Amino acid sequence: MTDATRPARVFLDAGGRAPVLPAAREAFLQALDEGWADPRRLHSEGRRARLLLDGAREAIAAAVGARAEEVDLHGSHTLALHAGVRAVARGRRRAGRDLVVSAVERAAVLEAAAFSAAQPWGGDRGRRVDVPVDRLGRVDLDAWAAAVGAPGVAVAALQHANGEVGSTQPVEAAHELARRAGVPLLVDAGASLGHLPVGDSWDALAADPADWGALGGVGVLVTRAGVRRAPDWPEDEDRWSPGGVSVPAALAAAVALQDALRTAPADGARRRDLVRRVRERVAAEAPDVEVVGDPEGRLPHVVTFSCLYVDGEALVGELDRLGFAVGSGSACTSSALEPSHVLAAMGVLTHGNVRLALPRDVRAEDVERFCDLLPGAVEKVRESLGVQGL
Amino acid sequence: MTGGATVDARGLRCPMPVIRLAKAARDLPDGAVVTVLATDPAARHDVPAWARMRGHTLLGVEEAAEGATAISVRLGPPPPPGPDAR
Repeated sequence: MTDATRPARVFLDAGGRAPVLPAAREAFLQALDEGWADPRRLHSEGRRARLLLDGAREAIAAAVGARAEEVDLHGSHTLALHAGVRAVARGRRRAGRDLVVSAVERAAVLEAAAFSAAQPWGGDRGRRVDVPVDRLGRVDLDAWAAAVGAPGVAVAALQHANGEVGSTQPVEAAHELARRAGVPLLVDAGASLGHLPVGDSWDALAADPADWGALGGVGVLVTRAGVRRAPDWPEDEDRWSPGGVSVPAALAAAVALQDALRTAPADGARRRDLVRRVRERVAAEAPDVEVVGDPEGRLPHVVTFSCLYVDGEALVGELDRLGFAVGSGSACTSSALEPSHVLAAMGVLTHGNVRLALPRDVRAEDVERFCDLLPGAVEKVRESLGVQGL
Repeated sequence: MTGGATVDARGLRCPMPVIRLAKAARDLPDGAVVTVLATDPAARHDVPAWARMRGHTLLGVEEAAEGATAISVRLGPPPPPGPDAR
C-alpha cells in the first residue's frame, strides 16, 4: 500500500551494502536448495555444495584475472582484510616488521596493520607507517615511495578507491614502487570492484560482495601464488579462512559480480553523469557546502560533501524524514566520538558530512529531487543551531 | 597586532565549537587573533577547514590543559610578504 501524499523511499546509501540484485537473490535461493550441505563432507550432498562453492571461486577468480586457488572467501570484507594483512605480514616477518598504509584506508586495514606490527614474532615489533593524502584524498606518491623503499617493510596496503569520498588511488604507480622495493601490495577494492575495472596492479586483492549487490556475510581475498604468507591464527581445514564460508552467500556473490560487471559500463556512465550533476548543483545551490574528493579520478557512483555549521546527524535525520537514505562520515552520526579519519586526513570539514552512493537502478528524477530539497534541509538544520549570517 | 579573543567551547560537540568561533569572529576585524578551546576531537580538523573556507589564517593547534585543544586563527588572509610583513 502506498500513500499518495508521501513520496516513495529513495535509497542513496548503496556503499558497502547495496540493494540485492535480482540475480543474486535467485542464485542464493537456488543454492539454499542445492548447496545447503557442508562442502567438506564426502557424500553426494556435500560434493554438490562443494561444486557450487568451487564454481563461485572460479567465477570470482575469472572476474579479477586470477586462478581459483588464489581466491579465499571469508565471512565478511572486514575479515578478508584482516586475514590479508595478517597472513602476509607474518609470512614476511623475516623480511621486515613494518606495514605501510595510506592514511585513508578502511579501519579494518589500519587496525590489522597496527595489530600485526605489534606482534612479537622473532622478538621484535614493527610499526604501522601511515602515508598522507592530499586535499582530494590521493596518496602522496613521493611519501609512498620513501615509505615502501625503507628497509624492513613486510607489506603495503592501498585502496583502489575510497568508499567515503570516491577518490581513486594511483595504484599502478604505487604498485610499481612497492614492486621495485620487493614489498607485496594489498589492494582493497572493497568500494570499486563491480563498479570500476580493478586492473592487475596488486599482489593481494580484497573485495566486498555486499557492495556490488550480493548479500552480506561474505568477503573476498585473492592472493597471488608467489606471495609469501603464513596464518597467525589456529590451524583449520580451511587454512586461510577458518570455518569456510556460506555456500549460498558465495554463489550469490559470484553471480552478482558477473551481473554487475556486465552492466558496469552502462550503469557507470549513467551514474557518473548523475554524480557530476550532484557535485555541480550542490556547490552552486547550497551555501557554504564543500564538495569533497577528486572531481575526475573517482568512483562512478559516490559523491560526498560537507556542510559548514551543520550537525551531520540532524541532516541525515532531516533527509530521512524527506524520504532519502544517505550516509555520513561525521562523528556526530556514529557512536564514535572521532570524526571520519578519511575526511580528517584530507583536511576537509568533518562535520555536516553527507555521502551519497547511488545504487545501479537510481532514477535521475530522484537525484534531481534530492538536489532540489537539500538547500532547504541544510538551512533548517542551521536554523535549529542558531546559525545566521556567519 | 589587533585585539584577540578566546572562545571556550570545551564540552561542546561538533559543529558547535566552529559555530561559537564564527560568532566571535563576526564582531572582530581582520588581523584579530581568535583562539578556540575545544574538547571535541572534530574541532582540530574542522577549525582549520573553516579557516581555509573563510580565507582566515591558521596560526596553530596546541594541546591545552585537561585534554582540551587550543586552536588559533588570525582573521583575514596572511599579510603580504614585504619589509613590513612582520
